[in-house]
Amino acid sequence: MTLWKPDPSFYPSAKMAMQAPAERHAYVAALNPDGENKPDAICVVDLDPDSGSYSQVVHQLELPNIGDELHHFGWNACSSALCPYAPHPHLERRYLVVPGLRSSRIYIIDTKADPRRPEIVKTLEPEEVMEKSGYSRPHTVHCGPDAIYISAMGSKNGDDGPGGIFLLDHFSFDVIGPWELHRGDQELAYDFWWHLAEDVLISSEWGKPSQFENGLVPEDLLGNKYGHRIHFWDLRKRRLQQSIDIGKEHQMLLELRPAHDPTKQYGFAGVVVSTEDLSASVWAWRRRGGEWQMEKVITIPPVPAEEDVLPEALKPFKAVPPLVSDIDLSLDDRFLYVACWGTGELHQYDVSDPFKPQLTGKVEIGGVVNRKGHPKAEGELLGAPQMVEISRDGRRVYFTNSLYSSWDDQFYPGGMSGWMVKVNTRPDGGMDIDPDFFVDFGKTRVHQVRLEGGDASTDSYCYPS
Amino acid sequence: MTPWLAMLAFGAFHGLNPGMGWLFALSLGLQQRSERVIWYSLLPIAAGHAAAIVAVVLLVMAGLRFVPLELVRWLTAAALLALGIYKLFNYYRHPRWVGMKVGALDLFWWSFLMATAHGAGLMLVPALLGVADGADSHRGHAGMAASANGAMLLAVGVHTLSMLVVMGSCAWLIYRKFGLAVLRQKWINFDLIWAVALLLVGIVALLMAGSA
Repeated sequence: MTLWKPDPSFYPSAKMAMQAPAERHAYVAALNPDGENKPDAICVVDLDPDSGSYSQVVHQLELPNIGDELHHFGWNACSSALCPYAPHPHLERRYLVVPGLRSSRIYIIDTKADPRRPEIVKTLEPEEVMEKSGYSRPHTVHCGPDAIYISAMGSKNGDDGPGGIFLLDHFSFDVIGPWELHRGDQELAYDFWWHLAEDVLISSEWGKPSQFENGLVPEDLLGNKYGHRIHFWDLRKRRLQQSIDIGKEHQMLLELRPAHDPTKQYGFAGVVVSTEDLSASVWAWRRRGGEWQMEKVITIPPVPAEEDVLPEALKPFKAVPPLVSDIDLSLDDRFLYVACWGTGELHQYDVSDPFKPQLTGKVEIGGVVNRKGHPKAEGELLGAPQMVEISRDGRRVYFTNSLYSSWDDQFYPGGMSGWMVKVNTRPDGGMDIDPDFFVDFGKTRVHQVRLEGGDASTDSYCYPS
Repeated sequence: MTPWLAMLAFGAFHGLNPGMGWLFALSLGLQQRSERVIWYSLLPIAAGHAAAIVAVVLLVMAGLRFVPLELVRWLTAAALLALGIYKLFNYYRHPRWVGMKVGALDLFWWSFLMATAHGAGLMLVPALLGVADGADSHRGHAGMAASANGAMLLAVGVHTLSMLVVMGSCAWLIYRKFGLAVLRQKWINFDLIWAVALLLVGIVALLMAGSA
């Protein structure tokens, strides 16, 4: 753990991080859906175009348990370690903190000895996680300045809420306890991130474990019972300050992407589907006169389709909803990438003016109806752009195609396989699918991607760009 | 003279440590795009640091009323060595308090807490005892306590001023000249150096206690 100089992957500002060397490999959360009797894994994918194994899985770390349902994960430490009020710049970005969303188990995986052959060094068993944190179904992991923060979908007992956030010790990885001191009426949880320089934490809502673990519950969706609120917290006092209900028809307010530059107080939130018109939307928040406001800045309409080409769940609607499941913001806060998991598109918006996004690029692959292929893959593809990750310099975007095991089967019945795709972007907007990069994971489903040295949804910066 | 020089040098050493304040002041200045914010932030940080040391001085003065100087020396050496060894293995631990939105009072208490938790005052006790000793030997027995106390407080002032000058220089140089990239290359592991410094001062204190 002892470093003499700061970890070279820590950068004071997002702008400096953009000068970082290109990533040479990615860690990808891979899951084996029920019935396979195979454990989930962390896959290492070669991203170095000059390497002989480019675009291949070079190692697969199989987990010792079955049924963890890997989903999101993160690093033990990142650029936030340089933050001035509790600096510990000599920590290393070394361990992946990998929660099992279904099992509530957390693996600590060491990438130092051989970054391409990571090893499990510690396992927090579900009983311990639930007992000490008060929560279950751990989800988003963020490396904070003073601890590792993890959001969780459920309470420790049962399948209901409240979900919330708990802390892991930076050094020992012991569960410290729940984060909130005053949670107000917040009950649903999902993603969270922060404006560190403003002492503000933002959290979003998906649903209770009982609303997602056995698949999307259509009655709950049509009854507008999934999350549609965003919460703004005092990060220092750990107290809920303000909640905004963006309208109950806007179901599943998921990914949160605050501006990386700490002098900016705005960010983006993706909404999966509107039950009024099946559209998806992206919202932006900002602070006006001390109050946070939410404004819808992007609306993506559904695409009409014949009933017989639609899966059971969508037949009554005669259309494919875009289903925005993930969004990601480049480190210069200029481009926002929006994954449309229903229609099979990845959109790129110039958000230099965050409240007037301009569509600057679009790629098509997969999709419920289109099933569009890839130059390097045979035939049609099931699934569509889902988890998106942007390289630190913003020139490469990677994405995978699986949402959540039981939901995949509802929208893409017929044995969806897992794949990962790369997109090359142009400096002033526009992007193309890299024809030479396609990773086929077979029956294994793949979810979040983490890039070597950091990416656009890991690090937080305390110094202005 | 040596104890006074030591107080001055420790001031520079404490000031140089990014975790003791200048980095915080710098970041506030950058965030608010104002050089003046840096200077305004450094003052409460220096005051908090001085207060933490004065607290230790008061503790030592109170101790001297009840136990002999020799025992205070031994206790100081023991405390320094114990904290040094703890820090050697836990150098990366810091008290977690405040956030980034801070006022002068926050900065004062933050600095007080940082200095106390890292034993900044304790590190100075051998030098402070030396200062008190020097003041004693110049006076007759009558005015002893008062002049020793006065000298110690003056020494804290000297220390704090030295710290403030070094903190200000660091923050200003990075703000104006070098830019934040310096943090990536030049931010050596001060926490570890700090632990070693505590141990070294502890050893010196031990030798002083033995030879007194």
